[in-house]
Amino acid sequence: MEFFKIRKDIPFMRHALVFNVISLLTFLLAVFFLATRGLHLSVEFTGGTLIEVNYQQAADLEKIRGALGKSGFSDYSVQNFGSSQDVLIRLPLKSDQNTAKLGESVMAALTAEDGSASLRRVEFVGPQVGKELAENGAMALLVVIIGIVIYLAFRFEWRFSVSAIIANLHDVIIILGFFAFFQWEFSLSVLAAVLAVLGYSVNESVVVFDRVRETFRKVRGMSTPEVLDHAITSTISRTIITHGSTQMMVLSMLVFGGETLHYFAMALTIGICFGIYSSVLVASPLVMWLGVSREQFIKVPKAKDPNVSDDGACV
Amino acid sequence: MNRYPLWKYITVVVALVIGFLYTLPNFFGEAPAVQVSPARATLKSDTQLLSRVEAALQGAGIAHEGVFLDSNGVKSRFKDTDTQLKVKDLLEKTFNPDPQDAQYVVALNLLSSSPKWLTNLGALPMYLGLDLRGGVHFLLQVDMVGAITKRLDSLSADLRTVLRDKNLRHAGINRDGNVVSIKFRDAETRAKARQVLEESQPDLAFAEAMDGADFKLSGSLKPTAIKRIQDFALKQNITTLHNRINELGVAEPVIQQQGLDRIVVQLPGVQDTAKAKDILGRTATLEIRMVDDTPGALEAALSGQVPFGTELYSERGGSPLLVKKQVVLTGDRLTDAQPGFDSQNHEPAVHLTLDAAGARIFKDVTRESVGKRMAILLIEKGKGEVVTAPVIRSEIGGGRVQISGKMSTVEANDTALLLRAGSLAAPMDIVEERTIGPSLGAENINKGFHSTLWGFIAIAVFMMAYYLMFGFISTLALAANLLFLVALLSLMQATLTLPGIAAIALTLGMAIDANVLINERVREELRNGASPHAAIAAGYERAFGTILDSNVTTLIAGVALLAFGSGPIRGFAVVHCLGILTSMFSSVVVSRALVNLIYGRHKKLEKVAIGQVWKPELDAGK
Repeated sequence: MEFFKIRKDIPFMRHALVFNVISLLTFLLAVFFLATRGLHLSVEFTGGTLIEVNYQQAADLEKIRGALGKSGFSDYSVQNFGSSQDVLIRLPLKSDQNTAKLGESVMAALTAEDGSASLRRVEFVGPQVGKELAENGAMALLVVIIGIVIYLAFRFEWRFSVSAIIANLHDVIIILGFFAFFQWEFSLSVLAAVLAVLGYSVNESVVVFDRVRETFRKVRGMSTPEVLDHAITSTISRTIITHGSTQMMVLSMLVFGGETLHYFAMALTIGICFGIYSSVLVASPLVMWLGVSREQFIKVPKAKDPNVSDDGACV
Repeated sequence: MNRYPLWKYITVVVALVIGFLYTLPNFFGEAPAVQVSPARATLKSDTQLLSRVEAALQGAGIAHEGVFLDSNGVKSRFKDTDTQLKVKDLLEKTFNPDPQDAQYVVALNLLSSSPKWLTNLGALPMYLGLDLRGGVHFLLQVDMVGAITKRLDSLSADLRTVLRDKNLRHAGINRDGNVVSIKFRDAETRAKARQVLEESQPDLAFAEAMDGADFKLSGSLKPTAIKRIQDFALKQNITTLHNRINELGVAEPVIQQQGLDRIVVQLPGVQDTAKAKDILGRTATLEIRMVDDTPGALEAALSGQVPFGTELYSERGGSPLLVKKQVVLTGDRLTDAQPGFDSQNHEPAVHLTLDAAGARIFKDVTRESVGKRMAILLIEKGKGEVVTAPVIRSEIGGGRVQISGKMSTVEANDTALLLRAGSLAAPMDIVEERTIGPSLGAENINKGFHSTLWGFIAIAVFMMAYYLMFGFISTLALAANLLFLVALLSLMQATLTLPGIAAIALTLGMAIDANVLINERVREELRNGASPHAAIAAGYERAFGTILDSNVTTLIAGVALLAFGSGPIRGFAVVHCLGILTSMFSSVVVSRALVNLIYGRHKKLEKVAIGQVWKPELDAGK
């Protein structure tokens, strides 16, 4: 089998501007949704209590809400979690409530209404912890960015590292944009997925850049856009297959992983799809515009001083 | 040309064998077990305990599948959960005849049912996190401000005592925030007081100021002292928590410091959070009282007539003791307890340090009761236990008390620990709580397992269809990667959580990248007309640089997650980082070894099965 029968290099660079405009628009849209809608942060970041309850039959959400209201709770949200028998209840932080007893009092209220209710999971996060988690998450993102920029600058050239990081950061923003638009819950595991995807899709740029460097060194007489086209064309097969394989795994998580892994897999899916696009079609034009050229990869032999003989003797 | 030297094959084989050995315990599953461990620091888990358990089982005629001793206690393994529950009841009765006064923790546990030789190799199943096995997780914040305030309050009491002893008149001592200020009528007294106090209170830094007409001397804690108080508070709270959690009957509790002022408590298998919280939040107190040794009183008490104003306790050795109800000192006055040795006869001893007020009371009491015995009691849940009851030999002043005589070094250590652990040094708040039901845990394992399995199958099918023999080799390499990863996780006993399983799946999905890179490179070389052998060699060689680069960038992300992540993120990051490392080995070295093994022998290799190698010129010629 061979999916990719490409005769000539595909002129990606001719459409560089189009790709970048598309990507800029998506980016701006993501920023817009992030700014207007904001992220729906999970209880881990905001602090509060989360209770997962399982019923023998399909749960009646209205009845549960009624039961909670009767017991004096307010500002709660009740929704199904994964199946109609599982219910997730969120309660915000309240300074006057005894948080330690919250789980038990909710369960007392629910079992009074329906005896089949059984507690599956309680999560309580205090306000201070949530703030710290958010700070640590931001810190991790920053360290990843700096680390990758330094490594790529050291292995390749600053132009490559700057383009790669711009392309991949815009992926991150787009993933966040999706989460803001659909108001999906942004939890710690989603954050982990975002950072893993950042490291992963930088790979993509690395593979293309590796080819660019190799082509610059081996082949003479190609213009920079031609070199980039050639590099992208000759790696496109690997790009699609690799991402396809990773996506198969992620898809399996999406299907079999249940509710807990759902958004984790979702973030990965978006990250992988946009990762291909941005690291190939955005990073490469950026490198071109930053002015990459053949000379940067070929060590010019040191010009010898004609006055100095080979053995270093000098008259 | 495509041949590995023998040592490389041997390395691969050895790695695979080790990987297989350490992965193996995960397949054996776990057998129900009952664990007996001492609830008190004064009791040891030793061979004696082992033989007691064995005797109890034999007495009841219950068949077991092995009883053995480890650092936690004595564990016995059984065929089914029914026997397990029966044995638990039996051992509970044998070891704790009085349920009100539990000496041992008898807890249900799960033990790896892998054969003994594997366990002896240190091969254990992966350590499952709470989200996979169910249980309670608490994050407790130690109130450090509270600890400092408590210390300052007791220091102000000390200052008052010192000044009174030295006959220095002051116009009031009070604590305002983190500063203790003393007012004096004149500068001369203040100067004298300052000299005296600086000598007796090395923890405080003093400063002079005017407050209206008064001469003020204010003392604040030195930074080193603050740090020491905080460290002490945290350590003591951890010790106290250990003692209390023992009562819950948890097989493998985790109690760890996290950061500077937090404590993580994880109780696998515990579902009753209300009881757990109750026990964590309880306070225990230490009391020093006098022993009533009036002739005949003890006998009267033993026959059921406890004399008025006294209580009957039993000493650690088991002999009864009549203790007066009047409390001489409480644990609040105890600032430290350390094991050590008697300076004269070098016998093991426990050194207690009392604060100034405590020291004064102690001095008065000991002067009046030389030759009598005093009892040190630990009161918990309104129930007391005599830790030790030494004889007073002489008047003891200065607040330094030594308990010695008839003690081994181990006992001295234990007593010091008990005395210190009696009460919490600082109040704690629960800032994070997670309860995971056991059914949810099992379900999570199931979901994680299925995600990985089906993802793996999908990749394997595709790789084999697309790259034929090379795809098969890639799949084997990926399987080897999974083997290494699971073996490494089992070997390190790193906690596996649901995000960890997700990381296994994701890492496998990413690891195939290396083999795709290699296979594509080999195809490309073939397309350009290279001979199969040259194509394989060039393919592996050229792809390696790219594989290294891309793995390093992924690793950077992984390490950052590890450094800054907490909870679920950390579980993800550990597996992710390990997976990247194992994938480097398996996708490059293991797959190459396989390729060499299959194709390396053929001198003249005409064709390799890597799927269709499409050549533009051939197509054009049609």
